[in-house]
Amino acid sequence: MRDPSPVPASAPGADASATVSAAPATGPRRSGGATVTFERVTKRYDPGDKGPGAVNDLSFTVPAGRICVLVGPSGCGKTTSLKMVNRLIEPTSGRILIDGVDASTRDVTELRRGIGYVIQQVGLFPHQTVGENVAVVPRLLGWSAARQRERSDELLGLVGLDPARYRDRYPSQLSGGERQRVGVARALAADPPVMLMDEPFGAVDPIVRERLQNEFLRLQQDLAKTILFVTHDIDEAIKMGDLVAVMQAGGVLAQFAPPEQLLAQPASEFVARFVGADRGLKRLSLMRVRDLPPHPAVIARPGDDAADARRRILADPFPYLLLVDAIGAPIGWLDQRAIPTSGTLSADGANAMSPLFAPETTIKDALSMLLDNEVQAGITVDRDGRALGLVTAQDIALAARPEGGPR
Amino acid sequence: MLDWGWLTSHVGAFADRTVQHVYLAAIGLLVGFLIAFALALWAVRRRRAYPPIAGLAGVVYTIPSLVLFAALVPITGISLLTAEVPLVLYTQVIFIRNIVAGFDAVPADVVEAAAGMGYTPNQRLWRVELPLAVPLIVAGLRVASVSTIGLVTITGTLGDRFGGLGFFIFEGYSRSFSTEILAGAVLSIALALAVDFLLVRAQRWLTPWTRPPAPADRLAAVETGA
Repeated sequence: MRDPSPVPASAPGADASATVSAAPATGPRRSGGATVTFERVTKRYDPGDKGPGAVNDLSFTVPAGRICVLVGPSGCGKTTSLKMVNRLIEPTSGRILIDGVDASTRDVTELRRGIGYVIQQVGLFPHQTVGENVAVVPRLLGWSAARQRERSDELLGLVGLDPARYRDRYPSQLSGGERQRVGVARALAADPPVMLMDEPFGAVDPIVRERLQNEFLRLQQDLAKTILFVTHDIDEAIKMGDLVAVMQAGGVLAQFAPPEQLLAQPASEFVARFVGADRGLKRLSLMRVRDLPPHPAVIARPGDDAADARRRILADPFPYLLLVDAIGAPIGWLDQRAIPTSGTLSADGANAMSPLFAPETTIKDALSMLLDNEVQAGITVDRDGRALGLVTAQDIALAARPEGGPR
Repeated sequence: MLDWGWLTSHVGAFADRTVQHVYLAAIGLLVGFLIAFALALWAVRRRRAYPPIAGLAGVVYTIPSLVLFAALVPITGISLLTAEVPLVLYTQVIFIRNIVAGFDAVPADVVEAAAGMGYTPNQRLWRVELPLAVPLIVAGLRVASVSTIGLVTITGTLGDRFGGLGFFIFEGYSRSFSTEILAGAVLSIALALAVDFLLVRAQRWLTPWTRPPAPADRLAAVETGA
């Protein structure tokens, strides 16, 4: 395990602290979740029906604190399966157990209040403020107004929305990404052990989606909820899932496996076709930027001694110096040839920024962003925007070799 | 042309008849709304009930008001009931259609989210669906108010005890006194416009989420309340 080296607070001298390392690996999980078991669950809308939304003899177990992604083509019954957990749809036969208790034996209202629910269209209440929306379940549970408000502020902060700015707004005044965040905060409000998420990031553009996915994975490291997550996007399934349930037409479970195994050993022709011919490429979705070998950047701040910076960048194989601001957030690149031999560094003439990655960004997304931006390197930043290190196309190529990966 | 002397000497009568007009219209609207709300809820829950309910209300709406009053007098006599039954019946088609449309306009994802988070069906109705149906319900209330305030004048056919401002129209007609007819008509129209204006303000106050935040609005609505 690597030691996280923070960016120095003061301007760096010629010492090694002028470089930054990659992010630390994640710690062990503590579980705030419950085990969810599907036991021979079947849903038919008409006798003998194999039509859209039907589910056929579904059995699997999601261990507490894990994300299980249900993925498959439309009409494969993945959303039906999800809605049978909180009994928006009742199974025709079979049982769903939450921590060993049959969901059908519980009071349906009480059951639903104990399960977080996020849907693609978010379903925020237009007539309630953001703060009121987040506090919906606490209010139903009869919490005091003060406790509701405290909790709703806490959760808004957790999903990256400043409570003071957002609490009194109406949903119509939010962007798509902000709405999705509020939707997640609302689902977490009563600290439910189980969360159901039906294409929760489906309604936003790819860049926002990537960021929401990363933030959610980061949250999940602390929360360790048991999450059932529906998507039709195999890349999202591979990225988000600890376990992936691939479903096919008629509501049949085609394979239930960790994503690595899904890619390496598809159980059937259908699964192989569904995960696609580019399985090697998809394996890049399994690796995160934080898994790459650390690639420290040579960094400096505007106002630093130019001669010293020049000496350091000429000694590095990568020909660009990364300029950062006072807290260590990237400002832009300086070409080593453009650095004066004396005087101080200036941000004038710095090249445009590279794409920024979170430690959770998948290698596939990172490579895609590098290609889109036609640049050689991206910058990994922490949640406060401080530069952690570089990711170059070459780093990715090395990591992606067969038998490759982080060494 | 206008008999100003008559007008100024009858200010007290105008006030009394305006109060009566509001009273007769308010009863018709209130009772009509409650009946229509119950019928609309039934139609929303059981979709098959909607076409016959809306159809019947539509047929009733086509009966000329004078005919309806005349038909009721032998049964209910010259009474408040005779005045109100037609007023109530004529509101039904407007209210039912708008209330059902209001509930239909509630986004499906909002209803699903509410169910999934553990709202009971009753909580969902009162705390989620009804508030979101308010804009269309108020739209129906505006049309029904204007229509009912107009109709109240016709209750003047039942005699001097009814009619609200319509009393002046009927009396003026029988006396061939145009100032009096005009006074009744203008006041009745002014009353309809005033109520419509108040309902618009009420809706803005009830549905703050449908407009950009403007804190001054609430105060303004209270001030115009008189």
